[in-house]
Amino acid sequence: MADPIRWARYRWQRLISAEGRESSSSNSSSKCHQSSKTTGKHRIVIPCLGHFKEEYEKVSKLYMNNKIRTTKYTLLNFLPRNLFEQFHRVANLYFLFLVVLNWVPLVEAFQKEITMLPLVGVLTIIAVKDGLEDYSRYKMDKQINNLLTKVYSRCKLAEEVIFHCPHGFSNPFHPVWRVRKEKKYIDECWKNVNVGDFVRLSRNEIIPADMVLLYSSDLDGICYIETAGLDGETNLKQRQVVKGYAEQVSEIDPEEFSSRIECESPNNNLSRFRGFVEHSNKDRVALSKENLLLRGCTVRNTEAVVGIVVYAGHETKAMLNNNGPHYKRSKLERKVNTDILWCVLLLILMCLTGAIGHGIWLTRYSEIPFINIPKPDGKSVPPVLAGFYMFWTMIILLQVLIPVSLYVSIEIVKLGQIYLIQNDIDFYHEKTDSTIQCRALNIAEDLGQIQYIFSDKTGTLTENKMVFRRCSIAGQEYCHEENAKRLESYQDMDSEHEDSVDCQCGSSTHMSKWQRHSCRAVCEPLNRKSLNQLSGSYPAFIRENGAGGGPHSGHMAFSSPIETDVIPDTQLLEKFSQISFHSYQQSEEASSKLTLETMYITDFFLALAICNTVVVSVPHQPRQKMRLSSLGRMPIKSLEDIRQMFQRLSVRRLSSSPLPSVKESSSESPNSFVRKLSIFRMKLASPALDGAAQRAGEPHNTDSPENSQVPQELDMVNGAGCEPNSAVSSIELSPLPKLCYEAESPDEAALVHAARAYKCVLQSRTPDQVTVDFAGLGSLTFQLLHILPFDSLRKRMSVVVRHPISNKVVVYTKGADSVMMDLLRTASEACTNNSEIEEKIKERTQQHLDDYARRGLRTLCIAKKVMSDAEYAEWLNHHFLAETSIDNREKLLLESATRLETELTLLGATGIEDRLQEGVPDTIQALRKAGIKIWMLTGDKRETAVNIAYACKLLEPDDRIFSLKSQSRDVCALVMSKILEDIQKNASAKKKPSQKLGNVFTSPSTQTPGFSAGLVIDGRTLEHVLHDSLQSIFLELTEKCRAVVCCQATPLQKSVLVKLVRSKLKAVTLAVGDGANDVSMIQVADTGVGISGQEGMQAVMASDFAISQFRHLRKLLLVHGHWCYTRLANMVLYYFYKNVTYVNLLFWYQFFCGFSGTSMTDYWILILFNLLFTSVPPIIYGVLDKDVSAEILMQLPQLYMMSQKSVAYVPSTLWITLLDAFYQSLVCFFVPYFTYYDSDIDILSFGNPINTAALFTILFHLLIECKSVTWIHTVVIVGSILFYFIFTLAFGATCKTHNPRSNSYWIMEKHITDPVFYLVFLLTTCVALLPRYFLRVLQGTLFPSPLLRAKHLDRLTLEGQTEAIKRWKDECDVNDRGESQATSVSFSSAAGAVSEEETIDSVLPTSKTPFQACSRDGLVEDTSSLLDIQDDSGSTNDLNSKKTEFLNLSKETNTDTFGGINSCAKVSACASEVGSSAVSPADKAGLNSLLCEEDALVCFTKLEC
Amino acid sequence: MAVNYSAKEEADGHPSGGVGVPGGGAVGSGGGGGAVKTRKPDNTAFKQQRLPAWQPILTAGTVLPAFFIIGLIFIPIGIGIFVTSNNIREYEIDYTGTEPSSPCNKCLNVSWDSTPPCTCTINFTLEHSFESNVFMYYGLSNFYQNHRRYVKSRDDSQLNGDNSSLLNPSKECEPYRTNEDKPIAPCGAIANSMFNDTLELYRIDNDTRTPITLIKKGIAWWTDKNVKFRNPTGDGNNLTALFQGTTKPVNWPKPVYMLDSEPDNNGFINEDFIVWMRTAALPTFRKLYRLIERKNNLQPTLQAGNYSLDIAYNYPVHSFDGRKRMILSTISWMGGKNPFLGIAYITVGSICFFLGVVLLIIHHKYGNRNTSADIPN
Repeated sequence: MADPIRWARYRWQRLISAEGRESSSSNSSSKCHQSSKTTGKHRIVIPCLGHFKEEYEKVSKLYMNNKIRTTKYTLLNFLPRNLFEQFHRVANLYFLFLVVLNWVPLVEAFQKEITMLPLVGVLTIIAVKDGLEDYSRYKMDKQINNLLTKVYSRCKLAEEVIFHCPHGFSNPFHPVWRVRKEKKYIDECWKNVNVGDFVRLSRNEIIPADMVLLYSSDLDGICYIETAGLDGETNLKQRQVVKGYAEQVSEIDPEEFSSRIECESPNNNLSRFRGFVEHSNKDRVALSKENLLLRGCTVRNTEAVVGIVVYAGHETKAMLNNNGPHYKRSKLERKVNTDILWCVLLLILMCLTGAIGHGIWLTRYSEIPFINIPKPDGKSVPPVLAGFYMFWTMIILLQVLIPVSLYVSIEIVKLGQIYLIQNDIDFYHEKTDSTIQCRALNIAEDLGQIQYIFSDKTGTLTENKMVFRRCSIAGQEYCHEENAKRLESYQDMDSEHEDSVDCQCGSSTHMSKWQRHSCRAVCEPLNRKSLNQLSGSYPAFIRENGAGGGPHSGHMAFSSPIETDVIPDTQLLEKFSQISFHSYQQSEEASSKLTLETMYITDFFLALAICNTVVVSVPHQPRQKMRLSSLGRMPIKSLEDIRQMFQRLSVRRLSSSPLPSVKESSSESPNSFVRKLSIFRMKLASPALDGAAQRAGEPHNTDSPENSQVPQELDMVNGAGCEPNSAVSSIELSPLPKLCYEAESPDEAALVHAARAYKCVLQSRTPDQVTVDFAGLGSLTFQLLHILPFDSLRKRMSVVVRHPISNKVVVYTKGADSVMMDLLRTASEACTNNSEIEEKIKERTQQHLDDYARRGLRTLCIAKKVMSDAEYAEWLNHHFLAETSIDNREKLLLESATRLETELTLLGATGIEDRLQEGVPDTIQALRKAGIKIWMLTGDKRETAVNIAYACKLLEPDDRIFSLKSQSRDVCALVMSKILEDIQKNASAKKKPSQKLGNVFTSPSTQTPGFSAGLVIDGRTLEHVLHDSLQSIFLELTEKCRAVVCCQATPLQKSVLVKLVRSKLKAVTLAVGDGANDVSMIQVADTGVGISGQEGMQAVMASDFAISQFRHLRKLLLVHGHWCYTRLANMVLYYFYKNVTYVNLLFWYQFFCGFSGTSMTDYWILILFNLLFTSVPPIIYGVLDKDVSAEILMQLPQLYMMSQKSVAYVPSTLWITLLDAFYQSLVCFFVPYFTYYDSDIDILSFGNPINTAALFTILFHLLIECKSVTWIHTVVIVGSILFYFIFTLAFGATCKTHNPRSNSYWIMEKHITDPVFYLVFLLTTCVALLPRYFLRVLQGTLFPSPLLRAKHLDRLTLEGQTEAIKRWKDECDVNDRGESQATSVSFSSAAGAVSEEETIDSVLPTSKTPFQACSRDGLVEDTSSLLDIQDDSGSTNDLNSKKTEFLNLSKETNTDTFGGINSCAKVSACASEVGSSAVSPADKAGLNSLLCEEDALVCFTKLEC
Repeated sequence: MAVNYSAKEEADGHPSGGVGVPGGGAVGSGGGGGAVKTRKPDNTAFKQQRLPAWQPILTAGTVLPAFFIIGLIFIPIGIGIFVTSNNIREYEIDYTGTEPSSPCNKCLNVSWDSTPPCTCTINFTLEHSFESNVFMYYGLSNFYQNHRRYVKSRDDSQLNGDNSSLLNPSKECEPYRTNEDKPIAPCGAIANSMFNDTLELYRIDNDTRTPITLIKKGIAWWTDKNVKFRNPTGDGNNLTALFQGTTKPVNWPKPVYMLDSEPDNNGFINEDFIVWMRTAALPTFRKLYRLIERKNNLQPTLQAGNYSLDIAYNYPVHSFDGRKRMILSTISWMGGKNPFLGIAYITVGSICFFLGVVLLIIHHKYGNRNTSADIPN
């Protein structure tokens, strides 16, 4: 009943809102239409300037201004609209119906007014809640509307400005007269920006409305914006000044702008903008999205931009994309709704009983008895009609059976749960000062039922910070040990960050601790100084926070110290030192091995530095991109340099070697550290600094308006966070100029930074030349001939340069190894004497690459090719043809590129780590143990995806990986069925042993226990697979796999996948992502989680929960999800129980009052019983009950399955609950009945003990069900009881006549002096609760649920607890392993090692021995057992690499508490893998497909053999 | 029951300021929040859900004592109640007269106000003497005084002496609100159907009928008589004048101000009337009719012997298959004779005791494995 109506209501709401929007937009468009009939659907933007003023008034003024209002209500319409909306809730309608029914005299059961009470109560509570929500939206709107921006002031009066902006925001020192006179850009609130206004923005300001870019301080007419706020992508995007305006050198003068802009009507398409500028001479210049600055984005790296507003307020693309919250319903809620339908059925049944009973009762009398009062007109009602009336009377009487207060209670409980989730300190992420945001208030309990997690990769599992880890040059590997150490130390510092609670300087977020301190030391005095000087403090702060307070600080893209700061490998550095100009030249010809290697190294780093599209800028003079000319004459006396100098000094002092200093600082309290620093600063830098600050202020004063200074200055300080590490490294090496690299992808930035660490510094890049400062060779300027940009088809990019030393044309290529290896010069075609060496290099590099891939690094191959001028000229010819062709241009260009990128010489390979976020593998493991299937959906390429999947333990080394990669649907179907067959074969082999192990936790993910398969599928195959005909087989396949990795998936595919799983498997899904590409899947999933830490707002906006770190998901699901679910489920069940119990009391009474609808309890007490006396305890129970403590839940993820499988609320639970309710109500009614049978008891005196007994029964029932009783529970329950007695006493004492029809005068007073009353309710309560209590005891003793057992753990001592948990885990592991061991047994049975008939008992010891040994003694044992295994199986030496990898992994995992166990699990897992792979070739094929690059068909054939 | 006060360390509230309102705003809300305020939640026991809690674990071992204690408490109580109940003397006569042999058979089809009333006499013998005060009840069966429409058919304001209600009774009284355009006092069906048999008790001692004094005051609740029910107020105490303008209920032979001769038991505050107006909860009920007080300590209130009951049979119950009874009963602290409560207590106590034993066995057999977190395989 509830479902369709709710749905209808939702649709209806959408309709209304859509209507509202349409009407407003149609409004504006109609206005537009009136004013300019010629333009039709288009929008004409005319600047608000003198010579256009008239036209402006007519056209642009009519467009919506920039004020936004996201609130639903206003003060005036709140009451009617809210009521209107509330009455779409079916429960409220039901109550309204009851109220109306009660006004029908023939059926009225209660006093007319009294039925309104619950309705009014419910409506009030919800109205208050809605009102508060709306008010917070209003406040948010107001805050945004009142942000300041600079608007050209021609049209506006200064007074207006002052008037409109709240005082706090306007600058009191702002000289108003100047504004009027100079017609300059003035501060204006966002809400007052109109279409046609010129807006001038400075760096790091947020764009207030959609505008067309007319001027950029950038010389090339480019403006960089960060669209993180919109689509979540952090990399900078270029926007171009409208053609024709770019050439202007000076800033555009709005006065001279004499064109009009025509563009399309507002729409929500972010990637499209069409329009043109029509100059006064009727010339038209096209506009594209490249010219549009979108509201909500941030201007970066561009000093100043000017644009004209084309869309404002709700018509901006950002706002049109912001659909507001959508209504989601949790699984539990759906279940509740169906159960309420059962209740309705029950109610109707009871009412029918009443009706029929009444009819029969009446017919029993031959004549109408005088007790049955005739109607007022004296006639009696015939039995059938009386029965019909009685039906409705009964509905009113028994209305409480439908737990209407349940809806309100559920909402309150959810609010309480959300409040507690939001206040969980474990979700607080210090670095970003962000905690969990619960954006959807009504699906918290779904967190406890997740079966599928769909996760994005980059930024969700990983930090999206690319770190250079290793490289291999000329077949020689450099593993960068020191760098690895550095990274580890970062991790340490990260973890210390979590603990330390120091206030932040509010700027950069990714600085490590000591950097932050050093930054703050500078930052603080500067702030104060500049603020004192400039007085325009508030707006500055606002902006500052806008940049720093959000997820994005003012730092440059991809330049956190972890990424930029690479410590060179000593070995490589040594070789590097041999490089000189001379040697390089020599090496061109010489073939001696040493010099050859040197040449390789040189070229390798040159390639790293050159082969990219990185933009170089000096951080604090972004106005000029670094050009050659500016290199030599950098202004020394700027604040920046002094700051740098200071920083170098201070840092050197603190960290002559960075590592110890870190330790030092961590051991000291942060405060003392700061103090030290500031003392140091006073001594050394303060005089210079103060002066510098003043000096710095001056030049800015002259060229920019006042307010922009402060942010700029603060930004400089922020900049300290941007590049401090280069300062550190420069101390040790040599002072390097501060450069900021802005790259399109973080990988590129990482490579450039790596090159810089080796003093191969990319200095500048212009369209035609690249300058590299090479340590041994000096500054080299390469003539940039061509860039063949990266595309996903070629999977590589190339640059063609002319080498300044050799003066030859050189092609540097970097790309994925899968494609690069095929492009290398093979021995046959290479006629040089190096070919042998090259082959060897290739072979070894491939080994390294494989190794890197196994470590989860992103691999890239670097290669080069030297071309003769003639060759180049020839290619150029072709290429030129390709470029200029119109048809098939893309194809021709591709061909041309392919032609160039052949016969390459492999230089080496790099391994870049996209560092996993902290705790991701643990989290994933825990979630999997919790029976959740995790899918990784990423747009990345297959290799990376698989690597990361391994790194985060989504795939495990002993998993069999099936790779789906086919071109056609038929092949795909074939492959899938084959795989399925294969899996089933394996599964059936294992079923026998697994059945012998009856364990509580047979996780659903291991439906084929012990056998774990992974599926890797790419985007193109996905398309086939998602076709209707293959869906079912695909889902069947995925159900068998414990992990699925989908790579190269488009956002649409992601959402389709989620939808598929959700609809076909009826599973509860959770999608987690951080970027705009995840939005669709986040919205489709049952629960959408946005990661707010790294990327922008888009995912967060669409999500239901926003967390800052992936690892928080663990507690969110395992603890809060479990709690929320069990709490709510138990509360709902309790509500059903409570209502049924109570209503049945009335029902039983009907059998003794001729089914006449009499209630033996006073109406008021009857109504208030649910509303007041028994409503608070269940709510407290729903918010605070805690079955198992958070610690245990975290450590035993298996417990999650309890809530996942809805153990607390399976269908039978409801019936058991109802049965109990019937029993209890029978007891509550009949004990008093027999006690008072044939006595002089009157109706209400009879009802009073029943009612009291019911109260005690119901409340004590709650106590039995409560898993933990805090003082709050006690207070509430005792309070409820006291309140009941006080109320009834007061009611009994006061109402003599005021309450006609049920006069409970003095009844309670009489009863509390009557011993029988106490005896009755004591007996009643005991008898009513005895069965449940006894059963609970039996359950607790004989069949304790895992939750109960876990609860036992809570009361153990700490040591005992860890011991017990370990034992518990062991058991699960042993069971699992036993199963997996069994698989290997079955595999090896062919070899006759162990016979298949052997029971599990014989297998277990063998698996147990190494496991227990290593759990006790750790790593040493690990190795030995590994070696043993290796010897036994006698497998090939490729195991060696695996072994080291495992050792590595176990080393890492050992750091956490249960690492020992984990690693042990791995070791034995490895053992089983070794066994199986050694024996069964089929299995080996599966293993080979681990990183299979072959087409699926190859894989397929392998599988078949 | 297991008591585990898992007193987890209660961390002090973190000194940092209030919790920032979480929830990012709309697009472009980056500019929000002026002051530097950390969003870190307070580290308080409540917010971190670490409140010290009593976590009852229901296992056989822990709840054993509870069952035994309940059993040990309930059984003595039950025995006490049972004994008390058994000591109560009670004698009941059904005088409906449906059986042809019954002396009252002739009166079976009387109407409300037949004059002269049909009278009949029933003789009975008390086997045991009634030692203490005796309560005389009339009992009715199959009389649904709790019928919804019947119950509400009264006007409490009128009965409370409200003059306006007296002349203009509540609509709830329909169709017994007015009669011949005069308001009925007391209005409504309850009053209209008031029990109007008269019972008189005689002791037959050697063929002499000694009337037994029946006290008719003190049978209603004190609060009813003194607070809830009041005669209309006005000049003088003449009830006839005060009820001027009203008419008697249809079934009554005489108006309300003629119910009794004593002024403090007449009109609305007539105790028989008050007792009747307190509608019975169940279709089989008894109502207090008269009191028989013990005169002195030497003699029992009612000696064993022969008695006769004179009935003025007015009240028609035959039409709805009702029964009428006269009950003589002594009472104890727990009211009239009712063996149920005592037996129930004894039974429940025994069951608890039995369950306790069962649990003891279970605990002995299975209980140990729960104390540790061992998992049964």
